[in-house]
Amino acid sequence: MSTNHQSAYSPVVPVGRRAGVRGDVFHGKPASSATTSPVFPVSESVVPKVALDGISLSYKTTSGERLLALDNISLEVRVGEFLCIVGPSGCGKSTLLHLIAGLNPQTSGKVFVDGTPVSGPGTDRILIFQELGLFPWLTVGGNVEFGMRMKNVSKAEREERVQYYLRLVHLSKFGNSYIHQLSGGMRQRVALARALATEPDVLLMDEPFAALDAQTRDLLHDELERIWAETGRTIIFVTHNVREAVRLGDRVALMTFRPGRVKQEFSVNLPRPRHMEQTDVARTAREVLECLRDEINKSLVEEYEEEYADEKDR
Amino acid sequence: MKKIARQLIFYSALLGIWALLAKLRIWPPYVFPPPWGVGHALWDGFSDHSFWIGIAVTMKRMLIGYSLSIALGMILGLAVSSNKFLEETLGGLLVSLQSLPSICWIPLAVLWFGLTEKAILFVVLMGSLLSVTIAMEDGRKQMPKIYGMAGRNLGASGFRLFWSVLLPASLPFIVNGMKQGWAFAWRSLIQAEMIFLSLGLGQLLMMGRDLSDMSQVMAVMILIVILGFMVDGLIFRTMERRLQEKYGLTA
Repeated sequence: MSTNHQSAYSPVVPVGRRAGVRGDVFHGKPASSATTSPVFPVSESVVPKVALDGISLSYKTTSGERLLALDNISLEVRVGEFLCIVGPSGCGKSTLLHLIAGLNPQTSGKVFVDGTPVSGPGTDRILIFQELGLFPWLTVGGNVEFGMRMKNVSKAEREERVQYYLRLVHLSKFGNSYIHQLSGGMRQRVALARALATEPDVLLMDEPFAALDAQTRDLLHDELERIWAETGRTIIFVTHNVREAVRLGDRVALMTFRPGRVKQEFSVNLPRPRHMEQTDVARTAREVLECLRDEINKSLVEEYEEEYADEKDR
Repeated sequence: MKKIARQLIFYSALLGIWALLAKLRIWPPYVFPPPWGVGHALWDGFSDHSFWIGIAVTMKRMLIGYSLSIALGMILGLAVSSNKFLEETLGGLLVSLQSLPSICWIPLAVLWFGLTEKAILFVVLMGSLLSVTIAMEDGRKQMPKIYGMAGRNLGASGFRLFWSVLLPASLPFIVNGMKQGWAFAWRSLIQAEMIFLSLGLGQLLMMGRDLSDMSQVMAVMILIVILGFMVDGLIFRTMERRLQEKYGLTA
């Protein structure tokens, strides 16, 4: 039995956390200089993988008033970095991910990937939706294959890559299953494999584990950390769970409630692999939570306005 | 299995009551025929081939009219759902026209096409086209937006986005539209046939009335119910249930 065929495929690993290596070297693009325009203002010698420059978004509500959802957000994400964005529900963090994915246009500001402005969806940035959006009419394998099919990857290579990524998320045996036959945690892993199979440089994850039970979530944290280390992708991970953010992220960016702004950034310099229950994770999470409390209160007041007012009167 | 047993008991009881009432002769047999009389009429109808011909003629009309209305309805539904101007104008007109029972199209059909096959097809088309169109339009609106976004996110655009994502994503709604279209087309066709007297099951029904042959009337009614149920209840509902299960649409 030859296992050669199975192991023949190894994905192109983009620059990992190797400091000082330019991300765009690997994409055959000229290093950002005057020739690529417009160029994001280079703050250091390294071009960030993703840079948000003064992103704002406002929209008209049904009652006709303009609502400012995102207010002048600027962020930089290094190549291979794991950035977590935390904020109370309704702060626009999901919307921000959609903007980076190019699925919605922003009102003002620019999103740069490798120093080049983004103008629409692109397979260099794949978003894993909160609701996953797996295609129920395709098998697990068909879902993982989808992005490659759209890129006209040859059939032989597609099959190989499907196998590779299904093994990576421990779903090799389920390639022919349909989505409705899988558990929540398995669906999460299919979504992860589907996103990874298009070999994006940047993985955008929108509260992917929010609906899972604690055990499954812990397991998927471990797997995500392992896959991130193995593939060296840049990950932007949105969550409302502070401890999850600290457990996973190299850095945690805190967003304010309506309009969404970046309130503060925390570097998480804890050794990996980490666990949710670790005391240093808990301690760091408490620091972040202190800072977040005001914002949560603001969002609660908005959501439970009347009851809240009642209680105050009493 | 228990369900089948319950159904068996129910239908046997129904037949029993029917037979009993007929035996009591409260009404004369030409008004209220016994089950065996209807059974006899069914047997006669099939053995002199008139029922076979009726079924064949009706099913052929059904296939042509229904296919036409599905094809046109899908195109119309797609157009109405993807264009705001069409939605506000044509969409509104279609909804209001749907309140028209399909039998109301018969005078128009007769004036335009005479007592011809075309007129019958026209009535079938008008009876089901609107419901197919509206179901398609609704389906495209109800289709979860996440699929389109996920498709674009994974690099699909233009025709491939439509073919590989939007079309399969709206399949449960398309099948629902086809099912509704079938039900409307079936009713319209039988109604039209009852008036046009041109072979078909509808005519057999009217023939029974003209001959005061209640047994034949009821035999044909049973035929219409069985045929309608076979397509609607067995084919479409099974398809719909499987799709809903697969697409996770069941509550």
